Amino acid sequence: MPDLLTEIVNKYNYWLYIILMMIGLYAMIAKNNLIKKLVGMNIFQTAIILFFISMGYKDNATIPIIMGGHGGEAAHKTIEASQYINPLPHVLMLTAIVVSVATLGVALALIILIYQRYQTLEEDELRMRVKQK
Amino acid sequence: MKQLGLIIVIICGGLLLYATQDFPAWGDPTAPVHTHLSPHFITEGLHETGAPNLVTAVLADYRGYDTMFETVVVFCAGIACILLLRTFVQRTRGREYRHTPTGVVLHIQDPDKDLNNPREFELIDNMWVPHDLIIKTVSRMLIPFIQIFALYVVAHGDFSPGGGFQGGVIFGASLILLALSFDLRSSLRRISEKMLGILSALGVIIYSGIGIACMLLGGNFLDYGRLTAILPVDPDHIRAMGMLGVEIGVGFAVMAVMVIIYTNIASQGRHQQGL
Amino acid sequence: MSAHYPALIILIPLLAAFLNTAFVWLDKRLCYPTTVLGLGGSVYFCIRLLLKVVGNGTMAYHVGGWAPPMGIELRVDNLSALVLLLVSVIAFMNIIASRKSINEELTFKSGAFYTIYLLFVTGLLGVVATADLFNLYVLLEITSLSAYALLAMGNQDRAPLASLNYIFLGVVGASFYLLGVGYLYIMTGTLNMADVNSLLPGIAGSSAVMVAFVFCLVGIWIKMGLFPLHTWLPNAYSYAPVSSSRVIAPLMTKVMVYVMIRMMISVFGLDFVFEQISLEGWVVALASVAIISGAVMALAQKDLKKMLAYIIVCEIGYMVGGAWLGNSQGMTGAILHIVNDAIMTFALFLVLGNIVFTRKKTAIKDLRGIFSSMPWTMAGFILVGISIIGVPPTCGFFSKWYLLLGGIEAGASFFVFALVLSSLISAVLVFRVVETAFFSPEDGGHEHEKAALNEAPVSMLVPLGLTGVAIIAVGIWSGYIVQHIILPFIQQGIS
Repeated sequence: MPDLLTEIVNKYNYWLYIILMMIGLYAMIAKNNLIKKLVGMNIFQTAIILFFISMGYKDNATIPIIMGGHGGEAAHKTIEASQYINPLPHVLMLTAIVVSVATLGVALALIILIYQRYQTLEEDELRMRVKQK
Repeated sequence: MKQLGLIIVIICGGLLLYATQDFPAWGDPTAPVHTHLSPHFITEGLHETGAPNLVTAVLADYRGYDTMFETVVVFCAGIACILLLRTFVQRTRGREYRHTPTGVVLHIQDPDKDLNNPREFELIDNMWVPHDLIIKTVSRMLIPFIQIFALYVVAHGDFSPGGGFQGGVIFGASLILLALSFDLRSSLRRISEKMLGILSALGVIIYSGIGIACMLLGGNFLDYGRLTAILPVDPDHIRAMGMLGVEIGVGFAVMAVMVIIYTNIASQGRHQQGL
Repeated sequence: MSAHYPALIILIPLLAAFLNTAFVWLDKRLCYPTTVLGLGGSVYFCIRLLLKVVGNGTMAYHVGGWAPPMGIELRVDNLSALVLLLVSVIAFMNIIASRKSINEELTFKSGAFYTIYLLFVTGLLGVVATADLFNLYVLLEITSLSAYALLAMGNQDRAPLASLNYIFLGVVGASFYLLGVGYLYIMTGTLNMADVNSLLPGIAGSSAVMVAFVFCLVGIWIKMGLFPLHTWLPNAYSYAPVSSSRVIAPLMTKVMVYVMIRMMISVFGLDFVFEQISLEGWVVALASVAIISGAVMALAQKDLKKMLAYIIVCEIGYMVGGAWLGNSQGMTGAILHIVNDAIMTFALFLVLGNIVFTRKKTAIKDLRGIFSSMPWTMAGFILVGISIIGVPPTCGFFSKWYLLLGGIEAGASFFVFALVLSSLISAVLVFRVVETAFFSPEDGGHEHEKAALNEAPVSMLVPLGLTGVAIIAVGIWSGYIVQHIILPFIQQGIS
């Protein structure tokens, strides 16, 4: 038990984001309204983004913009890798954010089409009205 | 469905949490994440690419291929919205319009054909309020400053947080502000659907065009070092110039697509009436 | 020039897509020629690339001039070159066969349709050629986004809802894959496939790597349509316009099978998969259940489109089971089946497209007497049917043969039983359609009058003819393909 507690304290960010991911996944599966499912999808994707960004953090390091880089002096100083956090997860997650926004846009367009046709967004009602066709 | 959801969530969450026991502790500087690739990016990034902002250096130079496809994702979402939603079916009933100088309200069948000067007429819908002078004046004053800030964010992406995506979204937001504070038709009058479509294609063509130019000049795709043959910049800064070029392309594409997605979703494809 | 082939294959359709968008607003008549030129250029370079790779070995391309693992690498070996050629040829033939039906169904928006089509093909080509894990995710998302849009353009009653359900499941699948990549990144610090493979033996025992593999695999299975994660597939493919489903159905699921084989062989390595994880018994059993359930559900369908969709579910089971059998025969069968099943599914959808274009109805009972009014199309259908059942010298026989041999060698009796049962059920399916088409009279009951010839236009018959020839040609040459392309790849993967 104390092992588990030290584990959680050391890696509480990962635990937090995994729980957030699972909340989003549950909303996607269990909710009835299409917009709520979409919001769950967004929570799920955002939690993955936060998970990646948190893995790039280093203790006592600052943002990955070289201080004093504007101008010529920076070319002559040596840059310490431990002073700046890892830029790669941020780059990957810029892409992931854009992908999630694009998917959200296309999903909203589809929801508009569904609403124009059936006048409802509840999944059980939709199933009924589709069967009646 | 709820029980199934609960079971799936507990299994997935349990597996993911079980695997965290092998992770290094949070923030540990000796983790493989921080010792394998990233020291090279941090120590050599400024020398090799000329950009102090390491995120932009990795985004636009080391992993520029990924960023090109990210722009293509945005572009694809915009074209998909047009493909799905755009309809050319017009209402047959006509709408109410208010003549602003005199305050007279008329029922007009087709505003494009029947009105001589459509700028003097405003659409009356459920949300119409008579006195939105403050909103219109403030937006009209703010929008140019927002756009200049957006251009600053794009151009300064090498030195401070920023870049093509961020600047493009801010620019797109300024046009959406125009559509929200006035109405959708006046914003479409200023920047038409044809211009938006061509701008979005132009943005991605700029990005891949710079890459293809590097290929034609002898290097691999997106190898900015070869651009010294056509640009009069010294070799230390050529990569930063290449990165600026692709960021401008990204900015165009993102700006156009944000406005395309807004206009199509807000007007449900008809481009008649927004929010 | 030849060093740039991997990049050119992806760039030419991409550039054609961008120019196409500009032409939508500038001059609409240039849209179709641009699309054809883009796909044709890609086919040409794929052929050159395949010849080069088979002759000289794996080709690597460093994008941006940065050596991996700093930059992104494109890596084309035997298997990638084969699948690249398959994707570009099928996409090219489809656009030629689809011109009339796109002009009929989507007159105003055909330009945007061609753009999304080209982006879909570019995404697939990029997925196959890349050697970077995160790049694969981005290209997978391009492919999926275009597929969501293409599939929603059909029958407006049901297509948007089917596509929305596909979005939800597809996002879960891609996000699981991304989570797996994230876990791998935390443990190894790199995103390049070859680099991860070299770093893996040191950390192979850790639970994080095992969970990473499981999540990547489940994500890929969702996108592939393996039972029971296939629920999006029948609806999405049946309610879509035939020109879209004709390109998405043969290609998307097979490219995901390629990704699974790539992850198993080049990223994690066969040692890790079969010794550390040792789930292959369960996976082969799941694949067998997928085969049987796909075949049985296909039997229960009254509509031709849904029947084809369930046949796809059945075929995916063949490939997953073959890959996880654990021996070289099974893997050969799975890879050969990627090629064969793509060709067969494409031919089936070509037949379906012809029927939809002329008759507009696809319920099986509406196909009465179609033999006399569409003889060429039905001849093609009989050829494909024979191939699905697995009769030599069509290509379907050879991949089933390898799968059977692999199953017998591995002792997977349930898998072998499922293969045989599904062949019998496919025979019933094919003969049911043939019986309705040939022997039943046309509605109206004039049995003694021959129905008027109402065949599909030539632009739709020529691709069907070429695909029929390909079914037989690939069958006759499958020994050559296996010996020169597939087996060297497997040998390389094992060593």
